Amino acid sequence: MSIDSVFVHKMWVDYEISKMVKKGVPYPMLSDVGGKVGTAYGVFDDVAGVETRGRFIIDPDGVIQGYEVLTPPVGRNVSESIRQLQAFQHVRNSGGTEATPSGWRPGKLTLKPGPDLVGNVWKVWKTDMERD
Amino acid sequence: MQNTIRLVAMTETRKEVDPLAEEIKAGCARPTGGLVGEETSGDKPTEAAETKKEVKSMVMIGRKAPDFMAPGYFQGKFINVHLSDYLGKWVLLCFYPGDFTFV
Repeated sequence: MSIDSVFVHKMWVDYEISKMVKKGVPYPMLSDVGGKVGTAYGVFDDVAGVETRGRFIIDPDGVIQGYEVLTPPVGRNVSESIRQLQAFQHVRNSGGTEATPSGWRPGKLTLKPGPDLVGNVWKVWKTDMERD
Repeated sequence: MQNTIRLVAMTETRKEVDPLAEEIKAGCARPTGGLVGEETSGDKPTEAAETKKEVKSMVMIGRKAPDFMAPGYFQGKFINVHLSDYLGKWVLLCFYPGDFTFV
């Protein structure tokens, strides 16, 4: 979503994105001319008149599980967004019985919070597990 | 598989217009004034709701996302997207400064 019109979105796809991604963007490109939606999400910069690089993960209940906002010059890490999505999905599928420690990726160890884990995380989780 | 990533799901069905979105003539993006899944008085936000939104623009993790309707471009068509229609799916909502920039 950006403050560009849907017409500009189309031109961007036709003239540039289609040269990078076959068949264009596989999800809806939304238009927020005036920044009202961006304002509701706290990512509209009313001085510059544009939206900042805000990214929100919204779960199937419509609840915001995480967000990240960057100023315009720095791009995002798409893999990290996907990693977080996978982690939130895992936690949700476990019914909240599991937590994903830092650096978690599918297949890696999860933690089961409870009285037995207090003070004992070091026994099951090692710092090198944080890295890929 | 209710928990499929929406983005991936749509890659697979890219030739279709997103079934959750209606095709429309271009309109204006607007917050509905409520939260996702919350009933609002019709689809049109009230004056009061818009004013309230300007003052109160807080989003918080663990809380419902602000709902909105917005025009969009998808696979050669202009569509209208209502965030509440995506209840039951995971949504990755990305804002960016402008077209012809990076993500």
